[in-house]
Amino acid sequence: MSFVEATPDAITLRAEGRVARRQAWSRASRWILLGATGVGLVVLVILGIDNAIVGIPSLDWDFLSSYPSRKAEIAGIRSSIFGSVWVLVFTVAFAIPVAVGSAIWMEEFAPQNAILTTVRLNIANLAGVPSIIYGILGLAVFVRLMELGPSILAGALTLALMILPMTVITSVEAINQVPPSIREGSLALGATRWQTVWYHVLPGAMPGIMTGTILAVARAAGETAALIMIGAFTFIAFDPALSFSGLLDSFTTLPIQVYNWTLRPQTEFRANAAAGIIVLMIAVIGLNALALVVRDRLRQS
Amino acid sequence: MSIRVRSTNPTDDEAREALQGRPAEEHVPSHNITKPEGEPAFSISDLNFWYGTKQALTNVGLDIPRKKVTALIGPSGCGKSTLLRCLNRMNDLIPGVTIEGNVRYRSADIYGPGVDPVEVRRRIGMVFQKPNPFPKSIYENVAFGARVNGFRGNLDDLVEGSLQRAALWDEVKGDLKQSGLALSGGQQQRLCIARALANNPDVILMDEPCSALDPIATLKIEDLIRELSTDYTIVVVTHNMQQAARVSDYTAFMLTDEEITGQLIEYAPTEMMFTQPGDQRTEDYISGRFG
Repeated sequence: MSFVEATPDAITLRAEGRVARRQAWSRASRWILLGATGVGLVVLVILGIDNAIVGIPSLDWDFLSSYPSRKAEIAGIRSSIFGSVWVLVFTVAFAIPVAVGSAIWMEEFAPQNAILTTVRLNIANLAGVPSIIYGILGLAVFVRLMELGPSILAGALTLALMILPMTVITSVEAINQVPPSIREGSLALGATRWQTVWYHVLPGAMPGIMTGTILAVARAAGETAALIMIGAFTFIAFDPALSFSGLLDSFTTLPIQVYNWTLRPQTEFRANAAAGIIVLMIAVIGLNALALVVRDRLRQS
Repeated sequence: MSIRVRSTNPTDDEAREALQGRPAEEHVPSHNITKPEGEPAFSISDLNFWYGTKQALTNVGLDIPRKKVTALIGPSGCGKSTLLRCLNRMNDLIPGVTIEGNVRYRSADIYGPGVDPVEVRRRIGMVFQKPNPFPKSIYENVAFGARVNGFRGNLDDLVEGSLQRAALWDEVKGDLKQSGLALSGGQQQRLCIARALANNPDVILMDEPCSALDPIATLKIEDLIRELSTDYTIVVVTHNMQQAARVSDYTAFMLTDEEITGQLIEYAPTEMMFTQPGDQRTEDYISGRFG
């Protein structure tokens, strides 16, 4: 042990030289990162407060339960709430089976070859396509070619198409989270591939699939461009009929109504737009919160 | 799944041609391969196996006796797990594998035309290296095989009987609703054995069933293997030579050397293998000189 220098008598154990510089940088990084988070938060809070000041006075039961009107003080969002809910319900109904089905096929059944890799890559690309493109597609295919008109059905199909790539990707990821040992265990017991998927892979992937779905729905809830493109930018003063033919009614949604109001020259409509934004924000934040709760619940069980 | 199976049935000219191109054909099997008495459970001959282009088994041939414990030993990469997985077609699940040769289970060719891997796996159960209970209740874990195979009988009795056979019943009978994942590692592995037993298989394949367990849990599994061998054919892959000596009736020693991957060096009754090995390499391995 002779090569070890003896410990000097006066040892401070203080940060000096290099250590001091490293520590200084470490301390600074905390504040820089806090600043990065802060920028986003501050902007959001300022916008939120500004919007709330303008919108809250208009936000009452009458606003929620009235149809839109030429007169700002009696205009409401009844038809857009119905429209949003209706369109979203059918968007989910169309998108989820297709998304989960294709994700299962890609992960559990398809031969893992170059074609599949290309397909995967392209699905990821589709998730980045601007929503207006989906609107144009919806206009051409659903509204015109299938002659659905600017209806709830056409809107739901268009939004379903729009959220499909994102939902497929999250479903694929959720399915990949299920450990291979579970599949092996199931197959080794004489379960078929489908039984393995049904009893083990899907239940295991469910939290991830649900989270992805709810987030996709939140995105669809705030979608404007695609729906304007298919012709949902209309004045609606009736509730959609609860029937199959009701699906072919024209509709409006919350973000479209807000957009509509912001285009009006009269300043009174701005308050309505702000109030509509508050409702929409609450709905979207609610959906995101729901996604968190659902994920945690399913994970625990 | 993209599995290519070439039968080496002598009438199959094409397959013979394909085989002749392989250096494997020139390899003469060692004469240290005993043929167990009686009707074998498995009869394996000229088995070659590739992962893609990488060979994993070369000309393996042996008979595995019924209602006995057969241990597959050898250093890592010698192909023992691959061989085990050939017996219930678990290798089918890996893309790009090629299997050549003949694996007969009783009178049936496991890789024969029209053979359904699901039916093979139902009859030939498997226990894995790492305990892999389903994230469900103990009851559902054991009942799963019966459920998917359309069992029509008393499920409660089946679950209880299987857990008893796997020596787990007394430890879990109070709460069959608790998650299988809440059990200790050794209990989880016995749960996996119970799960396999519930299918009423003829054969249980075990892929290093104790390698993730502590010595006490290992001992329990080993006792269980001995006990089950009165009714089941058991093939167990193990890294642990003492374990092979303790539990098995027959031992197969496999090795990968510079020239040949995954060859069977020696196959003999366990006692003989560990007292008078016929091959120098076997002796070196079991005396701990390598591996």
